[in-house]
Amino acid sequence: MSTVTANKTTPTDKNDRRKLYGLIAEFETPGQVVKAAEQVRDAGFKWWDCCTPFPVHGLDKAMGIRPTILPIAVFFAGLTGTIAAFVLQSFTNASDFSVWALVWVTGYPFMISGKPFLSVPAFIPVMFELTILFAALGTFSMMFGFNGLPRLHHPLFRSKRFRRVTDDRFFVVIEARDPRFFQSRTQAFLETLEPISIEAVED
Amino acid sequence: MSSIPVDPHSGSRMTDNTENHPGAREPLVLNMDRFSQVTQQVCQVAEARRTPMAWYICFALSLGCLGVLGFCVLYLILTGVGVWGLNNPVMWAFDITNFVFWVGIGHAGTLISAILFLFRQKWRTGINRFAEAMTIFAVICAGLFPGIHVGRVWVVYWLFPLPNQMEMWPQFRSPLLWDVFAVGTYFTVSLLFWFTGMVPDLATLRDRAKGKIQQIAYGAFSLGWRGSNRHWHRYERAYLLLAALSTPLVLSVHSVVSFDFATSQLPGWHTTIFPPYFVAGAIFSGFAMVVTLAVPAREMFGLKNLITIRHLDNMNKIILVTGCMVGYAYSMEFFIAWYSGALYEKFAFLNRAFGQYWWAYFLMVGCNVITPQLFWFKAIRTSIPIMFVLSLLVNVGMWFERFVIIVSSLANDFLPSSWDVFVPTWVDIGTLLGSFGLFMVLFLLFCRFIPMIAIAEIKAIMPQADPHFDEHGSDDHEAQEETKGEVTS
Repeated sequence: MSTVTANKTTPTDKNDRRKLYGLIAEFETPGQVVKAAEQVRDAGFKWWDCCTPFPVHGLDKAMGIRPTILPIAVFFAGLTGTIAAFVLQSFTNASDFSVWALVWVTGYPFMISGKPFLSVPAFIPVMFELTILFAALGTFSMMFGFNGLPRLHHPLFRSKRFRRVTDDRFFVVIEARDPRFFQSRTQAFLETLEPISIEAVED
Repeated sequence: MSSIPVDPHSGSRMTDNTENHPGAREPLVLNMDRFSQVTQQVCQVAEARRTPMAWYICFALSLGCLGVLGFCVLYLILTGVGVWGLNNPVMWAFDITNFVFWVGIGHAGTLISAILFLFRQKWRTGINRFAEAMTIFAVICAGLFPGIHVGRVWVVYWLFPLPNQMEMWPQFRSPLLWDVFAVGTYFTVSLLFWFTGMVPDLATLRDRAKGKIQQIAYGAFSLGWRGSNRHWHRYERAYLLLAALSTPLVLSVHSVVSFDFATSQLPGWHTTIFPPYFVAGAIFSGFAMVVTLAVPAREMFGLKNLITIRHLDNMNKIILVTGCMVGYAYSMEFFIAWYSGALYEKFAFLNRAFGQYWWAYFLMVGCNVITPQLFWFKAIRTSIPIMFVLSLLVNVGMWFERFVIIVSSLANDFLPSSWDVFVPTWVDIGTLLGSFGLFMVLFLLFCRFIPMIAIAEIKAIMPQADPHFDEHGSDDHEAQEETKGEVTS
């Protein structure tokens, strides 16, 4: 631990002081960030995070992150696909209803080699494929959606130091909106974690 | 965090990590002990101001082939499918051969990215990114052929269940329609998987970018990724889910492709062994293609520390295994043809080996059954020039496998009066050549502008990534063993 630097990005107008986003502490190894995370968790912070170049083993536990509901949501996305495929096939190939789906569409009972109109075994491959398709689209969109991504900007990107988060540096971020956050006290707390630097980031 | 992994025998910089020492784990990342070295080595390809001359030469050649493809397809559309050598009864030939060949190539990428991920094969991280890219580009090439072989390309939307003025729908009991859904889903899911894996690496390029265009482009595609561990938590779960979804999907895709043949009545096609046989063949040909691409790519872009000889050795072992499966399927087809006692079935197989296409059959057996057997020898598995030549031979053999199955069965069916010989025209050959051009153009662009190797995943398998690394010093084997069983979810 050596330097305590204020954020270099000064606002254009000196009177218009920006709000503080939070404090970031920089670490050099995954082991250090895991130890630091355990202490931040035990100190009772709520609005805080660790940013790392790759998923660090054991960090979820050290931060006390609860398991995501993503798999359950994906299950229902897949189920939607199964049902959609069955409805699509039985409507188009085995019914003669007319329904309004943006335009009026009518089913057409196909008689193919004397097989039953509602030939479920033959519908299985498409049901399977659409299950996978819906589940995969659901996984992708919900994972990024739950993460609040995509977004064009984030206060952390103001910090030049933080750019190394995608290279080889590990950060602990404590946000100013945390009820336990008090700049000087939190900074002193972060110093006890022995980071290589601490920086205040403006919102 | 000080020692560079050195070869215990010579003490020099390590290049051979194919030895298996009991109780020790050979490193998968050679001669690098800092994360920033990995970042630097992978990013320098995309960030280099000067493109290697070899890249320009390859790109020019590929672009030329792509031009041939464009010309052949345009000529086909303007004239009709008669410009191909198709006749009655051989109504499927190069078009469907190319389709099955290219879909098959794609399968290795998904095997590496999904199945090896589920099996916790850490060596997959060195090759998964460009194997997945290969999958996507191969499926693009594959998708072209069903699109253009329908004859009237302008009504190709009839493949999809879209409301139309005829009030007609696709026929969902047909394997050809299942194929539309299988290949469409396969392409979409592969693209999502590939892109999801790439987001953190695009963020790396964004954070390093100097130019305005690079910052905007990489910034937009990295979706604002900031490496938050709360994000990583969902990300890893999503990655696992996508792998678990892709695994049955990849097996289903080539099974459905094989249904196009297996559900017909034609001797030589009407076979229950087709789904597993096609899947094994697909993985076989796909791995050969990965080796064909990996060998020059690691030379050209200096990635030998990340795509090590051990990666190539492992892939050659998979080629050997799947090659044996393919050989078994060939012999079992013959056995069943004899054992069934069905007259036409017996004829179809004897005709396949000794009829007018005997040369294609023996080319196929030579390349697919005999060639991979050489990989029993470690000296051959680890020799770069030999494996490159053998992988090319396997690619040739697998193309001919599809040709033999499709054309020899169609040319000599039940009625001798309707038999005919298929002879390809220049348009057939030009389209085949052109599809390689399309593939290589896409692949070369990928190599130049996108991180070719999964940077974040590679860092995560380095011994230094273990939080207990410092406690154990550089002797990380215990730490690795400890965490091996746990699943990062």
